[in-house]
Amino acid sequence: MKLDAKIPSGPIAEKWDTHRFQMKLVNPANKRKHTVIVVGTGLAGASASASMAELGYHVLSFCYQDSPRRAHSIAAQGGINAAKNYQNDGDSIYRLFYDTVKGGDYRAREANVYRLAQVSVNIIDQCVAQGVPFARDYGGLLANRSFGGTQVSRTFYARGQTGQQLLLGAYQALARQIDAGGVKHYSRMEMLDLIVIDGYARGIVTRNMVTGEIRSWVADAVILATGGYSNVYYLSTNAMGCNVTAAWRAHRRGAGFANPCFTQIHPTCIPVAGEEQSKLTLMSESLRNDGRIWVPKKKDDTRPASQIPESDRDYYLERRYPAFGNLVPRDVASRAAKERCDAGYGVGATKYGVYLDFADAINRLGRPAIEDRYGNLFEMYEKITAENPYETPMRIYPAPHYTMGGLWVDYNLMTTIPGLHAIGEANFSDHGANRLGASALMQGLADGYFILPYTIGNFLATTKLAPVSEDHPECKKIEAEAKERIQKLLSAKGKRTVDDFHRQLGRLIWNEVGMSRKREGLEKTIREIPAMREEFWANVTVPGSGDHLNQSLEKAGRVADFFEFAEVMARDALQREESCGGHFREEHQTEEGEAKRDDENMSYAAVWEFQGVGNEPTLHKEPLEFEYCKPTQRSYK
Amino acid sequence: MNLTLRVWRQKGPQDKGGFVDYPAKDVSPDSSFLEMLDRVNEELESRGEEPIAFDHDCREGICGMCSMMINGYPHGLEKGTTACQLHMRHFSDGQTITIEPWRVKPFPIVRDLITDRTAFDRIIQAGGYVSVNTGSAPEANMIPISKEIADAAFDVAACIGCGACAASCPNGSAMLFVSAKVTHLNGLPQGEPELLERTRRMVEQMDAEGFGNCSNHRECEVACPKEIQMRNISKMNRDFIRSSVLSRVFGTNGKS
Repeated sequence: MKLDAKIPSGPIAEKWDTHRFQMKLVNPANKRKHTVIVVGTGLAGASASASMAELGYHVLSFCYQDSPRRAHSIAAQGGINAAKNYQNDGDSIYRLFYDTVKGGDYRAREANVYRLAQVSVNIIDQCVAQGVPFARDYGGLLANRSFGGTQVSRTFYARGQTGQQLLLGAYQALARQIDAGGVKHYSRMEMLDLIVIDGYARGIVTRNMVTGEIRSWVADAVILATGGYSNVYYLSTNAMGCNVTAAWRAHRRGAGFANPCFTQIHPTCIPVAGEEQSKLTLMSESLRNDGRIWVPKKKDDTRPASQIPESDRDYYLERRYPAFGNLVPRDVASRAAKERCDAGYGVGATKYGVYLDFADAINRLGRPAIEDRYGNLFEMYEKITAENPYETPMRIYPAPHYTMGGLWVDYNLMTTIPGLHAIGEANFSDHGANRLGASALMQGLADGYFILPYTIGNFLATTKLAPVSEDHPECKKIEAEAKERIQKLLSAKGKRTVDDFHRQLGRLIWNEVGMSRKREGLEKTIREIPAMREEFWANVTVPGSGDHLNQSLEKAGRVADFFEFAEVMARDALQREESCGGHFREEHQTEEGEAKRDDENMSYAAVWEFQGVGNEPTLHKEPLEFEYCKPTQRSYK
Repeated sequence: MNLTLRVWRQKGPQDKGGFVDYPAKDVSPDSSFLEMLDRVNEELESRGEEPIAFDHDCREGICGMCSMMINGYPHGLEKGTTACQLHMRHFSDGQTITIEPWRVKPFPIVRDLITDRTAFDRIIQAGGYVSVNTGSAPEANMIPISKEIADAAFDVAACIGCGACAASCPNGSAMLFVSAKVTHLNGLPQGEPELLERTRRMVEQMDAEGFGNCSNHRECEVACPKEIQMRNISKMNRDFIRSSVLSRVFGTNGKS
C-alpha cells in the first residue's frame, strides 16, 4: 500500500487555488456520461450528490433509512463553525485553521485543514441561500456564539437543532436534483460490499431491505459518506442504525483505514440509567458555557444535591484548570469526569455521573435568560430523566459520540483504492486526534459541497476506465459472497441475540479502548475478540429469512463487521505509544495526570492494511509535517 | 411493571394483518417505549420467533423515523413527544397498550408497524426547496432577515416529516406537513421567487399521492411532536389560491 497524500506544493494559503487550477476538467457535455455512486445521505452525502448532479454527473444515491432526510447528521445540536469574522473579534481563516490543528492535538494534515477553513465561509453563504433559518440578531444579520472553548465567536446555529436545519437544506437540494432527473435515489438500501475491478472501485453490492434482493450497481466512481463507527461501543449518541459496514467492507477490499483508535467521548451526555438502555443522549456542549460541573467532596455521598452545602462540593474542572474551568476541551473534560467517578465520587444511582449545575447562572441571569438559551435541552432532559434541571442539577457522563479515525484519503479525498472516495465522518483527515465542537457539520458540508465535486472531475478526466456492466463476473462473485454471508447468519440458529453479542463487545471496547487505555487491557482485548467473534458466528440467532424485511438480519450483518473492526481499533490504540486527543494511554501521562504526546516518534497517521480476518493487519505510516502550526503541549491550566 | 402489548402484525403489504398479544414483564419506568419493545423483541428472537418490525433510528426525537399509534394516538398521548422519547413512567402497571402502524392510504404498510412514507419525499421533490446551485449563493449577510421572520421560519422548519399529522387526521390529510415546508420557504426572501410555483406543485403532488383535504379537525396540531401550528395551513391555502388564479391568467409559473 502506497500512501501519497498528493498535497499540492506552495504556500498553504495558495495550495487549494493552485490545485483547482491544475486539476483537469470534464467537458460539460461528457459529464452526463459519467455515473457516480454515493452511499449515505447525511450532510456529506446529500450535499455531494446534489452538487455533482448540478454539475451534470449522473448520480446514484443510497441510504439505509426510509428517507434521505433521516441521516444522523440531523441530530447535531450545537452549530457550525465558519471563519466569517462577523463579530469582529479577531477571527480569520488562519485562526480557524490553527485552532483546528491544535485542537486535534497535532495529528491532522495541515493542508486539508487549511482548505476546510477556507471553504467554511462559502458553506454559510450556501446554506443561507437555501433558506436554512440560522439564528439572527435584531438587525436581521446572522448571530454567532462561542463554542467548545474557543476564544472567538464563530459558530452559526439554529437553536439546538443546527444539524437538522443544515441536513434539511442539503436534503432539499438533493430532492431538487431527484426531481430534475440528475439523481436516482434509493432508500432502505444497504451497501454490503464494494466492487473492485482491475484495481478500480467500480460499484457496490446492496441489499434491498424490503424485498431482500441482492444486486450490483456499477459506476465510474464510488463515494462513501457513511459516517462513523461509535456504535462499536454499543451505547453511543449515534443513531441505532449507524454502522461501520460500508467503510469496513471497503477496507477489506484494499482501502487503508486510518487512526481507528481516535474516538471522541463527549463529556455532556445523560448517564446510563439501566440495563435496557439502547442509546445515549447528548446534551449540547453549549451548556458548559453557563453550567458548573461538580461532585461531592466526600466519597459515596448519598445526600441529594440540594442538601450538599457549597463547602462540600468539588468543582473539579475549575480546581484543576483555573484558566479554562468548565470550558476545557471535550477530551479533557471527559477524562476528568471518569477520574472522579472511578475514584468513587460519582453521583446518581449508578455512581457514574457528575452534576452540571445551573443554579449560579439562574441567580445571575434569571430563569428567563436560561430558558431562552437552553429551554429545549432542559425539556429534553426532563423527558428522559423526569428531573427538572431548573431545580436540581443535571447529571451527565461522557459517551462515545464521534470518530475522528476513518478511511485514509489523500488531498483529493480519494482512498487507497483508485476511484473510491470517502467524505464526512467516514474519512480521517481533518480532526486529528480530537474534533472541536461545531466542526463536524463544517467538514461534512465542505467535503460534499465544495471539495469532492471538484476533485471527482479531475479523477474522471484523467482516468481511462473500461466499460463494465452489472453482469461482470466480479459483480456476480461479490453478490454470491454477500448472499453466502447472509445464509451463514441465518443458519447459525444459535441461542444468543444479536443485541446480546453487541452489548458484550461494546462493554469490552468501552472498558479497554474507551476514555483511557493501557497496554495490558489492549492486549487482552486483542486476545479476546477472536473467540467472541467465533462464538458470534456459531451461536447467534437470526429468525426469519433473507427475502423480506428482517431487522434482526440487518443488525447481525453490522455487528459481524464491528467484531472484525474492533480488533484493528485495539491494535491501533496499542501501537500508539503516546496520549493525544481522545486517545489517552495511562503509560503516557505527566505527574499531574495530564496527557503526554510524543511528537518525535508518533507524528504520523497510522494506516492499516487488511490481511484477512484473524491475521495481523499491516501498519503503514503517513508522516505529518507541521510547517505552520508548531506543535505545543496543550495546556488549559 | 407488567404490561400487555396488543401489537399489529402483518408480514407484507399484500398479507392480512391482525393483533397479537405479548406480555412485557418487569418493565423499568425509566426505559423508553422503544427500549420496552426492544426487550419484548429480544425475548421473541431468543425463542427463534420474528421480532416486531418498527421504524426507529436516532432515538432523540429528531430524525422522524419512529412512527406508531400508541393506544390510538400517533407517538402516544404525551404532548410534543415522539415515540422514541416517550418513557414508560407514563404508563401504569397492568395496562394493555395497543400498538398499530400509521393508517393512511398513501403510507402502505411494509411490515408490522413499518409504513412506506416516500410520498412525503415526492412532495418535497415537487418544490420543497430553493433553487440555488452550489457556489452561486451571495454573501450570507447580504440578505438581512428580521429576527421575527427567521424565528417563525425555524418554528415550521422544525418539522421532522414523521407523518403523525396525516396519521391523526380523519381525512388522512398531510396539509400540516406540506404547509410547514411551504410556509418555511415562502416566508423567507430566499424562497419568494418560487413561491407560486412551489405552492402549486407541492399541493398538486400531495393530491396526486392521495392525501385527503383539511376540514379543520385540528387533530394534526395536537399530534405533531414538534407542535407545528394549523395556521400554516391557512397561509398555504392563501398562497395556493393566489397561485392557481395567477397561473390561470398568466400560464404555469403564475407570472406574465
